[in-house]
Amino acid sequence: MSAGLLSVVGGTLRDVLPIAAILLGFQWLVIRRPVPNLRRVLMGFVYVVLGLALFLQGLEQALFPLGKLMARQLTAPEFILHGAAHGLAAAGWQDYMWVYAFAGAIGFSTTIAEPSLIAVAIKARDVSGGAISVWGLRVAVAVGVGLGIALGAFRIITGTPLHYYIMAGYILVMAQTAFAPRMIVPLAYDSGGVTTSTVTVPLVTALGLGLAGTVPGRSVLLDGFGLIAFASLFPMITVLGYAQLSEWRARRARRRAQ
Amino acid sequence: MTRQLLALLGALRDSARDLLPIVLVIVFFQLAVLRQPLQGLDSLLGGVVLVVLGLTLFVRGLEMGLFPIGEAMAYAFARKGSLGWLLAFAFALGFGTTVAEPALIAVVDEAAKVAAQGGVIAPDAASRAAYALGLRLTVALSVGIAIVVGVLRILKGWPLHWLIIGGYLGVVIMTAFAPKEIIGIAYDSGGVTTSTITVPLVTALGVGLAMSIKGRNPMVDGFGLIAFASLLPMIFVMGYGMVVG
Repeated sequence: MSAGLLSVVGGTLRDVLPIAAILLGFQWLVIRRPVPNLRRVLMGFVYVVLGLALFLQGLEQALFPLGKLMARQLTAPEFILHGAAHGLAAAGWQDYMWVYAFAGAIGFSTTIAEPSLIAVAIKARDVSGGAISVWGLRVAVAVGVGLGIALGAFRIITGTPLHYYIMAGYILVMAQTAFAPRMIVPLAYDSGGVTTSTVTVPLVTALGLGLAGTVPGRSVLLDGFGLIAFASLFPMITVLGYAQLSEWRARRARRRAQ
Repeated sequence: MTRQLLALLGALRDSARDLLPIVLVIVFFQLAVLRQPLQGLDSLLGGVVLVVLGLTLFVRGLEMGLFPIGEAMAYAFARKGSLGWLLAFAFALGFGTTVAEPALIAVVDEAAKVAAQGGVIAPDAASRAAYALGLRLTVALSVGIAIVVGVLRILKGWPLHWLIIGGYLGVVIMTAFAPKEIIGIAYDSGGVTTSTITVPLVTALGVGLAMSIKGRNPMVDGFGLIAFASLLPMIFVMGYGMVVG
């Protein structure tokens, strides 16, 4: 375990190195001013590297093997047919109910634990003076990822083209942008990009590849992709929707009070 | 001392709460749906403890290191008033953090396999490696440009949604012309580019810039850099598929 942890720390350090080099290079060559609280900032970097390494090591050790195994088992033909008389070729999209449930649940729960989303939510709370709560934003984004992954699984099973879904999603985002409170729009757009990193991608990829390998007529290489795209699109819709709902309720409460 | 200890305990409790949903989902599906016993319970619990500790340290380090340095640099550039250096920094940050991103390296390798299978490139290892490297540089370049455009937007106060809608139109138009094999990868590449360390830095940079420039609102103008960094790679990857294919 300690050897594994060391290699994870090494890997994390390697990821941080280019970033640190860019920051230090510009700091020394261009800005030429001492960094305020340098010791504290460096300590923070040590915490970030160590924290990410422990986080990844723990995931590798505990959750990823089990989660990936589950994704494979839930998409295996034996589990899906499960007593049904017809073969896999005759199985309809309704036979995959547990797959949708798992896709939604794993999308939601991994997003709640996603470190970069926590970072953006903290920043949004500080900037908005507390109007946007850390927990509220994270739940709104996680609901979006859960819905997105479940719909993405449905797409792989039915074999409909990816770009129809994405374009319909874009149109919805544009329509919501026109009506949503102006303050939330940039944050909502950002929340699409932050959802898919350390925790979500490995589990979701295992699910997509498992599904594409099981469903007859799907190619693992062609249809296994696309789940991440759903996971980046749907949070925009739910965050905008959450803001619209809050605004609508606030307006109704104001009208009642008058 | 006791206050620090209490704060630490509170942070650990928050991290444990963040992780609880995953544990519940996995335990429920294992016991109730797949009906299999949980094997290796001690290694599972050990892993969960590591994840909780790691998340706690990361969030602490975020507030001590990544956020302050991102904001301090934004202020320093704004005070210095040199647009060229600011844009060079923005590009370096986008390009440099993306080109070494492990998730991206994994995706471009898959993409090279798809391309070889589809007959777009020769099926030997050398042309696969060249294709993967070209794709990786394309994505890194697009993220660099995205951060530059995003920073320019904050400086000029352009409304984000027009740029994003323009980007969507670009994606839609490119989808019509790009080879079919590249589309799924292109759409996914938008999501994988922004890593756990890049996101806090870039967010702090954007918010810091918006705060240090008069007339900008950090909420309206400060966010949005990540959105560009996830949108532009889609367009560039489809372009790459068209040029190479």
